[in-house]
Amino acid sequence: MMRLERRSHVPLHLAIIAPLAAILTALLLAAGLIAAADVNPLTAYGEMVNGAFGSRLSIAEMLTRATPLVFTGLAAAVAFRARLWNIGGEGQFFVGALITAWIGHSLEVPGWIGVPILMFAGMAAGAALLAGPAFLRLRFGVDEVVTTLLLNFIVILFVGLMIEGPMRDPLAFGWPSSVPVDGDYRLPDLIPRTRLHIGLLVAIAAAGAVWLILARTVFGAETRAAGLNASAAAFAGISLPQTIMGVALLSGALAGLAGSVEVMGVTAGVTTTMSPGFGYAGIVVAMLAALHPAGVVAAAVFVATVFVGADAMSRATGVPSFIADVIVALCLLTMIVALLFTTYRVRR
Amino acid sequence: MSDAIDLLLNTSLWASVLRIATPLIFGVLGALLCERSGVLNLGIEGIMTMGAMSGWLVVYMGAPLLVGLIFAALCGAMMGLLHAILTVPLGLSQHVSGLGITLFASALAYYLYRLLVEVGDLPPTIEAFKPLDFPVLSEFPVLGPILFSQALPTYLALTAVAVMAYVLARTPLGLAIRMTGENPHAVEAQGLNPIRIRIGAVVVGSALMAVGGAFLTTTAFNSFFPGMVQGRGWICIALVVFAGWRPGKALIGAMLFAFFDAFQLRLQTTVEGVPYQLFLMAPYVLSIVALVLVARRAEVPAALMAPYRRGER
Repeated sequence: MMRLERRSHVPLHLAIIAPLAAILTALLLAAGLIAAADVNPLTAYGEMVNGAFGSRLSIAEMLTRATPLVFTGLAAAVAFRARLWNIGGEGQFFVGALITAWIGHSLEVPGWIGVPILMFAGMAAGAALLAGPAFLRLRFGVDEVVTTLLLNFIVILFVGLMIEGPMRDPLAFGWPSSVPVDGDYRLPDLIPRTRLHIGLLVAIAAAGAVWLILARTVFGAETRAAGLNASAAAFAGISLPQTIMGVALLSGALAGLAGSVEVMGVTAGVTTTMSPGFGYAGIVVAMLAALHPAGVVAAAVFVATVFVGADAMSRATGVPSFIADVIVALCLLTMIVALLFTTYRVRR
Repeated sequence: MSDAIDLLLNTSLWASVLRIATPLIFGVLGALLCERSGVLNLGIEGIMTMGAMSGWLVVYMGAPLLVGLIFAALCGAMMGLLHAILTVPLGLSQHVSGLGITLFASALAYYLYRLLVEVGDLPPTIEAFKPLDFPVLSEFPVLGPILFSQALPTYLALTAVAVMAYVLARTPLGLAIRMTGENPHAVEAQGLNPIRIRIGAVVVGSALMAVGGAFLTTTAFNSFFPGMVQGRGWICIALVVFAGWRPGKALIGAMLFAFFDAFQLRLQTTVEGVPYQLFLMAPYVLSIVALVLVARRAEVPAALMAPYRRGER
């Protein structure tokens, strides 16, 4: 009879091996699907790596894609640590983007003041959007998974309403788009003549800040306690409602910042298709990082590699680019199994 | 205003209520069965997508419509088995595993669709289920066209409600399932295996969800396209809470919900000057409101989301 025994602490080598093993397993499983498309999986994976790392331009493109994933990954990691199931990253991303475009279109201050103001506005919007479900959970006991998920649909419809109505850009051709942020508030390029912008540095700074908050502040200790054992935390005198609300505001703000930075750095205006599921992919990023802020940056780069690489691979081999979503989803499933082995050991 | 009243008196509105409710009835029954055994199944959105794709695909490849529904159920059961293995014997987080299943099942469905189906400018179509025509009964004023002119899957859904209600409330199996959701240790003490009961409930529940998805591609529409489930799975999760984990109330909840949906669809075409997105938001807003209304007095299965490990308290 085998049974599981909780480890007292997770050894470092296991913490590093777990995500690698999970990714490898996911790639092996997805190889079967690639083979079903009559393409050699090794060729396909080679094309993917090439598509994400093959040139200066592709690396820049991959890092551009990783930037919002760092923010949404941090948002999920912060929330999941306290067992606040924020699945609304997608909606928070969009409200952050929308308010940034709205204010950024008519704001008349210099860029160096305006950019922080717009970031703050995006964070406030994201935080406000998650404060609602957090309040409903604390006040009425409504499960936040369902409310945050449903809010994603409501927000996307709201974005559609705004960009076809009050915020419509009269100069945009084809698909409706919101008015763009003023040129003063476009984030400068990090690598010239690519789409990569200094938002990446903001994202890395955010990961550092979140790490400091979680590891070095009382609030961080309280969130960890709330996530590990809520009743024990309450017994120790931690106010759970305050902690959960604090976590919600931080998590929502991070996801809102993702949208704000994406607008100022990449798209200028808001469209309903500007996010290929950044909010949902953020959950995978957070889990692959085992909810650790430093791991989030690495995991975001991996997930961005899969997405950008799969597009290139699809063009070269004809394998449908949905394979990227399959790989990322498989990574989530294999990672939670891998995490089981890092937190428990098998005893006979 | 009189427009709205005219709409309410229209039989075609009421006939469409049952039609719109059908995928929700399957989905909510499936979610309810899983949760009654103690397992939250957030895989529902992806399982419905997988059901929609797989059911449509075999019909597109030449199988009869009924085989499409059965194949969808099998595919849903496979996804359910995966969720069950991860959450029941392994005891992993039901939230995270369920979301993983949703991401995986939808991605796999889209991937296989692109791989196996030649998509031109328009998505290819199949010959969908047609409304059945009961002679005499469908001639009945008002109720006739509402109750007796639906397609076969709608009657299957109504039958499933009755079967589920009977099995859960009146059979030893149902008692065992409900007990597993309340107190798996007591089940173990009775000499039954709570792990097996949970796996079985999740597998069967997921099959039902997938049939709900297949309804979309074999009856409501006749083609498959990405994003077509549109949060119906999440709405079902909300409806289970609203229904207090009871099949009969789940039917009423799904119908109520479908009524508002049918009503807003028709209002869209009659009321001018209101952005259509506001109408489309209504179902999601309504689900949240319904959750808030019942949350305080919800009788959640006591062992929902609590993994069971033998000999562990």
